[in-house]
Amino acid sequence: MHTKVRVQSTINGEPQEFLCEPRQSLLECLRDILGLTGSKEGCNDGNCGACTVILDGRVVTSCLVLGVEAEGSEITTVEGMAKGNKLHPLQQSFLENAALQCGICTPGFLVAAKALLDQQPNPSEDEIRLWLANNLCRCTGYDKIIRAVKQAAEQMQEVNA
Amino acid sequence: MKWFDYAAPVSVGEAVGLLTAHPSARLLAGGTDLLVQLRAGRKETDLVVDAKRIPELNVLHYDPAHGLTLGSAVPCYRIYKDKNVARAYPSLAEVASLIGGTQIQGRASIGGNLCNAAPSADSAPLLIALGATCRVAGPRGSRDVPVEEFCTAPGRTVLQPGELLVSIHLPPPAPHSGSRYLRFIPRNEMDIAVAGVGVEVILENGRFRSARVALAAVAPTPLYVREAGDSLAGSPVDEASIATAAEIARKNARPITDMRGTADYRGHLCGVLTRRALEAAVARARGGN
Amino acid sequence: MKGQEYTVIGTRPLRHDGVDKVTGRAQYGADFQMAGLLYGHILRSPHAHARIRRIDTSKAEQFPGVKAVVTADDFPQVAERIVDLGEGDTPLSYARGNVLAKGKALYKGHAVAAVAATSVHAAEEAGGLIEVEYEVLPCVLTAPEAMRDNAPIVHEDLKTKEFGKKTDRVSNVSEHFRHVMGDVEAGFAQADVIVEREFHTATVHQGYIEPHNATALWNNDGRILVWCSTQGAFVVRDVTACLLDVPVSRVRVTPMEIGGGFGGKIPVYLEPVAALLSKKTGKPVKIVMSRKDVFEGTGPTPGSYIRVKIGARKDGRITAAQGYLAYEAGAYPGAMVGPGAMCVFAAYDISNVVIDGFDVVVNKPSTAAYRAPGATNAAFATESVIDEIAEKLGMDPLDFRLKNAAKEGTRRADGPKYRRVGCVEVIEALKSHPHYSAPLGGPHRGRGVAIGFWFNVGLPSSCTISVNADGTVNLVEGSTDIGGTRTSLAMQAAEVLGISAEAVRPTVVDTDSVGFTAVTGGSRTTFATGWAAYEAAQDILRQMKERAAKIWETDAASIMVERGVFRWGDKSMTFQELAGRLGQTGGPVVGRGAVNPRGVGGSFSGCIADVEVDPETGKVTILRFTSVQDAGKAIHPSYVEGQMQGGSVQGLGWALNEEYYMNEAGSMMNSSLLDYRMPTALDLPMIDTAIVEVPNPGHPFGARGVGEANIVPPPGAIANAIYRAAGVRMNRLPMNPPAIMQAIWSQRD
Repeated sequence: MHTKVRVQSTINGEPQEFLCEPRQSLLECLRDILGLTGSKEGCNDGNCGACTVILDGRVVTSCLVLGVEAEGSEITTVEGMAKGNKLHPLQQSFLENAALQCGICTPGFLVAAKALLDQQPNPSEDEIRLWLANNLCRCTGYDKIIRAVKQAAEQMQEVNA
Repeated sequence: MKWFDYAAPVSVGEAVGLLTAHPSARLLAGGTDLLVQLRAGRKETDLVVDAKRIPELNVLHYDPAHGLTLGSAVPCYRIYKDKNVARAYPSLAEVASLIGGTQIQGRASIGGNLCNAAPSADSAPLLIALGATCRVAGPRGSRDVPVEEFCTAPGRTVLQPGELLVSIHLPPPAPHSGSRYLRFIPRNEMDIAVAGVGVEVILENGRFRSARVALAAVAPTPLYVREAGDSLAGSPVDEASIATAAEIARKNARPITDMRGTADYRGHLCGVLTRRALEAAVARARGGN
Repeated sequence: MKGQEYTVIGTRPLRHDGVDKVTGRAQYGADFQMAGLLYGHILRSPHAHARIRRIDTSKAEQFPGVKAVVTADDFPQVAERIVDLGEGDTPLSYARGNVLAKGKALYKGHAVAAVAATSVHAAEEAGGLIEVEYEVLPCVLTAPEAMRDNAPIVHEDLKTKEFGKKTDRVSNVSEHFRHVMGDVEAGFAQADVIVEREFHTATVHQGYIEPHNATALWNNDGRILVWCSTQGAFVVRDVTACLLDVPVSRVRVTPMEIGGGFGGKIPVYLEPVAALLSKKTGKPVKIVMSRKDVFEGTGPTPGSYIRVKIGARKDGRITAAQGYLAYEAGAYPGAMVGPGAMCVFAAYDISNVVIDGFDVVVNKPSTAAYRAPGATNAAFATESVIDEIAEKLGMDPLDFRLKNAAKEGTRRADGPKYRRVGCVEVIEALKSHPHYSAPLGGPHRGRGVAIGFWFNVGLPSSCTISVNADGTVNLVEGSTDIGGTRTSLAMQAAEVLGISAEAVRPTVVDTDSVGFTAVTGGSRTTFATGWAAYEAAQDILRQMKERAAKIWETDAASIMVERGVFRWGDKSMTFQELAGRLGQTGGPVVGRGAVNPRGVGGSFSGCIADVEVDPETGKVTILRFTSVQDAGKAIHPSYVEGQMQGGSVQGLGWALNEEYYMNEAGSMMNSSLLDYRMPTALDLPMIDTAIVEVPNPGHPFGARGVGEANIVPPPGAIANAIYRAAGVRMNRLPMNPPAIMQAIWSQRD
């Protein structure tokens, strides 16, 4: 008899509890159990980054994390980036720079870029490209995404200055 | 995937017990190979044993006298973020930063990379070149295995039923030593190595005192080419000796043709990468980076 | 309206659906949820070519959680007939066959059966319990192979159509057509230089990040409700209805947000299957493809074999051109060789041309459109040969192209004569761009250029706009928004009405709620649906003039309206003010537009690529890239730039590393995003863009479709750049490191 496992974690600052099968990925748990459909499935094998979340301070592809592994963890998804009614500077910058076309890769890029700027407030173009190499975009050619990340970095530094 | 159960042991003993009791159980560190293989049906399991709560598998400790102890579940990002490791073993930090991409490095471990035993394992050539050993624990106790003996065939290691890789040990870096891992991939990140070369050189009075050269993706397992390193021992540090070693490496490669490259091309790359890696290792040994 | 200064057109408002897309709230097809949802899984053929002898679903049906299993036998039994599902005539059995195989599996990945269960994992496990008995047949994988006399036959009932007439010959060539203009023999006789080369391009995939998905509910009232990510809700409606043999009105398709398509989400794969499963279970059924299924079970673009021969005089004028294009259709006829033939020499003014095109079936997934389908393959060939001739004549590659550039009045071999087009302007923009004269700055570096064309399509679109009392308007349309088109439509309506783009609220609705609208594809949405929005807005102005007339007690003909201000004599009222008075003057104002526009303007594009080739590994690094394109009129320049950048990068991936690596048994070995290598952010420089505007005389704002032409030149430009960097001319795509290394070695020997 197969028994589901109870997992307790903190997601976007809120305690969450869910029941899942061990074989269900964190991505499945977020999307299908918790209704947090902002993280997307593009490949289910860690190669496209559309499922990127921040797990205990690290960006990871949530398709390669089991839900049960998230016990006791802190997770940030795209749904946790805006503060109340106010978009995160990256979200605003992506809009202003037209850094999305179909938008399916956008949540993954936003979360990954947020993690970058959290630890490196002033990355160069090369550093941004290296950090984001695990996030695929097929629509934009990355140009406007890079610009958007740089602009957000500048804005965030101004705010902090 | 079929249903599997999940366990998160907190000691090596507990883990060994689980692996012994469940012959088809699999150890889970970063999951970046295992989950992909389970989903593709290339592996099957009824029990996933999480390695990440076992202290010995998560240790990352360096001291100048004893060298580096790298727990087998330590994710790549911890390796390149650790200042001591990055200073003492810059080439290891580099390897940790080129497996996959940022998100993969947030989870994948060098130990897992080695246990996955792909012919193209990026960590293996450098570990071999650095003279690493693997600390294995099992129902009959612990043993050490030189890393060049660890992988026995594609996807297979020396691990017996119930055994697990606890940690990898690197000797302290010798004075005037330098190492480097270079690989060829068609893109700039994210790819499996088409060919990879790891080297370590130790210099003395303007000559090579010793060197070790190992290859990835050109044989069923990571390949230690003893002859290439031996050819450098005692030789002057110059283009000619490096070229000789590179040619030996190229000749010893046994590549196949597959979707990542042709045999000819891979063999050729071994020569090129060995030369370039040796040049870089020499520069490092001399104090450059 | 053209030619004047615009208030909204040409500006860069934030896209209307942007906030939802950056917060993760936007609902894409796989996000759809509904009470009682079951999950579907499709079992696919492991063989490239096999007779299906027997399918035993009994074990699967008994697996815990399974509610239904279907095969092709579950389609309603109807007589074979010819149907037109938007891409020409096709036998119904072919249209159904790709959705669920009957009789034969024609490619590895061909859908054979489907399961619905209470969880995705249960459905997948149960799928593994379906037993299929196959009789494996020899397979054929490339066009030249398939065209040989004793090649294995993919369709025993497929007779070759030759020059427009059906013959009695059963072969893998579904069609052979020929375009002839002038006299090529005479033309080549006049040439001082002739270059003839052959080229091979591998199968590549559109590579959208979102896999196909569909949810269907066969409701208790007999209506089939569908939610899916698609480029064309009406195509899904019509195809689903046709395959299930129900009237079109029984199907309602709600398009969800879509994560990329590029042509690959026009064909219908999952909806009829989900509907059949829903019919059997009485529940909604959701099916989402895995990435592997996307590679193996959808529609990549044709691999091809192409020969191009061009002759030119010493003075640089091309005298003749000949093209032979054999494209792999995949398992069912319909390779985009027609468009390829339309575009192969489309950038040039040549009097003597012969083009032979072959639509060839092979045992690979049935191909679909991929952004300017057919043209990229052809341009790789032509632009390489053009480059070689320019070099032989000692002419600058752009000057040679200028000398022969297509212009207004140039006739193409497939018939049409160009109206005003921007080929010359694009080439001049390339020449004058600082990139073209910048130093290369190092050894093993080279610069290549190429140009290309895409004709764009019109096709029908519908739109309604209703006026709100606060002066905003609701714009209802049926073009799924893949790249910001809600906003480009809103901008066109806003320009007509004299209000801001933000005052327009665009919504994409289901097939019950708006008039017929063709696909979001063919670079048509901003052009055609934009035109429908334009018409609806004009309709609103007419009606509002009448209301103003009522208020001012005069006749509507005396009312002037300009930039949103209604005037009569010294009286005036803004759009917003008048909107507040509609209730008193007769009630709601709703405008409509329904168009099938003819004035489509083709778009020319060109690019400059700088590469560095590592002579020891063959690896290509793209140092600098510039894309130029004629947009006619850039409605929203940021999104025009985005199209240019995105198409360019797809072209670069196609050029360098992307391919279906097939083994001899017809199995794709690299069906994952690890080994199907699309460019990452680390593989590219910034993509510079320059928009050229040669207004399309056939559109109110001069707009030309921009989505597609930009993917056409990059492979040719990269090939030309590699030649200058490494001294080798590549004639195969992809130009990956082992191939370049081999070319360098062959040259040394």
